[in-house]
Amino acid sequence: MAVLTYREALNLALREEMRRDPRVFVIGEEVGLYEGAYKVTQGLLKEFGAQRVVDTPIAESGFTGVGIGAAMVGLRPVVEMMTFNFALVAVDQIVNTAAKIHYMSGGQYRVPLVIRGPGGPAAQLGAQHSQSMESYFYHVPGLKVVRPTTPMDAKGLLKAAIRDDNPVIFIESETLYNVKGEVPEDPEFLIPLGRAIVRREGTDVTLVAYMGMMYRAMEVAEELAPEGISIELVDPRTLRPMDAETIIGSVRKTHRAVVVEAGAGFAGMGSEIASFITERAFDDLDAPVERVTGANAPMPYARNLERLKTPSKEKIAAAVRRVCGTNGG
Amino acid sequence: MAPGPDLLLQMYAGMLRVRLFEERVRELFANGRLPGFLHTSIGQEACAVGACAALRADDYVLSTHRGHGHLIAKGGALRGLMAELYGKANGVCHGKGGSMHLADASVNYLGANGVLAAGCVLAPGVGLSIKRRGSAQVVVTFFGDGAANRGPFHEGVNLAAVWTLPVVFFCENNRWASSTASSLSAAGGSIAARAAGYGIPGETVDGNDVLAVWEATTRAVLRARRGEGPSLIEARTIRWVGHFEGDAQAYRTKAEVEEGRRTDPLARLGRLLEARQLLDAAHAGRIRAGVVAEIDDAVAHAETSPLPAPQDALADLFASYPWSR
Repeated sequence: MAVLTYREALNLALREEMRRDPRVFVIGEEVGLYEGAYKVTQGLLKEFGAQRVVDTPIAESGFTGVGIGAAMVGLRPVVEMMTFNFALVAVDQIVNTAAKIHYMSGGQYRVPLVIRGPGGPAAQLGAQHSQSMESYFYHVPGLKVVRPTTPMDAKGLLKAAIRDDNPVIFIESETLYNVKGEVPEDPEFLIPLGRAIVRREGTDVTLVAYMGMMYRAMEVAEELAPEGISIELVDPRTLRPMDAETIIGSVRKTHRAVVVEAGAGFAGMGSEIASFITERAFDDLDAPVERVTGANAPMPYARNLERLKTPSKEKIAAAVRRVCGTNGG
Repeated sequence: MAPGPDLLLQMYAGMLRVRLFEERVRELFANGRLPGFLHTSIGQEACAVGACAALRADDYVLSTHRGHGHLIAKGGALRGLMAELYGKANGVCHGKGGSMHLADASVNYLGANGVLAAGCVLAPGVGLSIKRRGSAQVVVTFFGDGAANRGPFHEGVNLAAVWTLPVVFFCENNRWASSTASSLSAAGGSIAARAAGYGIPGETVDGNDVLAVWEATTRAVLRARRGEGPSLIEARTIRWVGHFEGDAQAYRTKAEVEEGRRTDPLARLGRLLEARQLLDAAHAGRIRAGVVAEIDDAVAHAETSPLPAPQDALADLFASYPWSR
C-alpha cells in the first residue's frame, strides 16, 4: 500500500487505465497544458500527448457531446468537468443522449464514458460553485453515479468506471483532494460499482453517509462511543446502482438508521434510502428512519451561513440520539 | 464532377423509396394503424438521398426527428424501420426507439436525435474517433434551419473546425422551425454564411436538385477525407407536409406547398433521366413496382410481428450489467 492523496489516487487511476487501454483518453477544459483546474490530470499530457489529453474550448455541451460521440464509435473517453456545476450546461447530452442511447437503440450502441470532476459543498465558493449535484443524475435510468469518499475508493472506483461499458457520473470533491489514505499499488485493484462498504462496525444504529459527510459521521461515531452508542457507518460509494442489500443488512442488525446528506433534503438521496429501508426492513426498525440533510436553500457565501447549510456534527449526533432514545426523553 | 448513369438511377430509386415510404406512413397513421408521433420528409428527399449517395457504406450519419429518409438513403432495411415505427419486437431498435429515435448500426446510422442540434455535438466526437483510428471515414450530421439557432450547433461547428475533424454539417433548410418561419428566427438570412465565422467552407445549394446536393456533399466529403476539416452545407428545400402528422399548417400559405410540388425533386430527376434517355415510362413503372412491393412487404412484416415481451422493458438499460434497484 502507498499513502496517497485523493488527487494522486485519481491521477494514478487515469494513468494506469491510459497505459492499459489506448482507447482511453481525457478531454475537458485545461486538462492538458494547465494539468487540470485541480491538478488531477497532472503529468498526463507529457506522458500521453495531445491526442489523448485533449484541451477543449469552454463548451461543456459541446465537449460532453464529443465524449458521447467518440464513445459510440470505439473510444473510451473520460470527460472532465472543471466543476460539476458546469455539467448542467451539458445535461441534455448526458440525460437525453448518453443515458438513453444503449436503451433506445435496442442495445446497438454503447456509451463507455466517464464524466468526472469535483462537486458538492466547498469552501465559500457560493451558490453556483458549491452544491450537491448527484441528485440531478441518479434519478436518470441509464446512468451510474459514483461518489468516492476515500483515496482508495477514488482509485478503485475510477478504474472500474473507466472499464464499465456504460456512462458513469463520477463526482469528486474539492474539499477531499488533499485527504491522504492508503491506496493499493496493484494496477488491477478495482472496486466494483454498486457495492457499499461498512466503514465502522457497530451495534446500535446504522449511519449512512458519503464524501465529506462520512468524515463528519466518523467523528460523531468516535464522540458518541463513550456515551455507549455504537454506530455502524455504511458508505454506499455508488449511488446508482445502489447497494441496498448492505444497508438493509446493517439495519437488520442495528434496528435503527440515520441517513446524512449534504444536499437539500427534498427528494434527496436520504429520501430514497429511508424509503427502501422502510419498504424492506420495516419490521426490523425500532425507530423511524431519520434524515439529516442540507437546508433547502442555495449555498450562501458568508462563512457562518455556509456552516448552517450542511449537516453539522451536532445535528447528526442529535439525530443518532433521537433514534436511540437517549436524548433525555 | 458528375454522377454517372448508374448513380443517377440509384438516386432516383432512392428518392422514390423515401417518397413512397413516407406517403405510406402518412396513410397508415391517418387510418389509425400506425402509432406514435411522426415527422415525414416528403419534398425533402433530394437532401437525404443526394447527401448519402456521396458517402461510403462505412461513413456515419447522425439524423433528426425527421429522419426516416436519412436512414432509407443510408441503406437501412425497410422491414426493420417499419417494424420499429409499429413498435414491434423486431424493429431495428426492438421497439425501444420509434420514429424520433431510430438507429441502425448495420449501416452506421448512429441515430436520430429527438433534441434538435444534438447531432452537431456528437459529430465532432465521431470525427475525433475517426481521426484517432485513421480510418478516412466521414460523418454527416443532418439538422434543420431551426436547430441552427441552438447552442450545440455553434459549439459543434467550432469544435470540428478547431480540431480539423472529418465532419459534414448538413442543414436542411425547409423554411420552418416547427411552425415558426426561418425568416423570423434565424438572423443573417443564411445558415451557410455562419461557416465563415468558424473559418470553414459554407455553401448554399438548391436542396430540390439532387445533383447539386450530391456535388456539394461530395466536395465536403473529399475535403474531410483529405484531413482538411469540416464543411457546412445549407440545402434549401420545401417541406410539403406539416411539421408533424396532423399539423393543420394554418401558419403558412397554400402557395408555398404548391411551389414545393412545382419544384418536386423527384419529378425533376425523372425529367432529367428521360432527357438523357436513361429512363422511360416502362422502366420507371418497374422501379415503382419494386419499391411498392418492398413497402408492402415491410408493412405486412410489421403488422404480423409481435410486440416486445413485457420483460424486455428493462432490457438494454445497461450494457451487460446485472441491474438491481
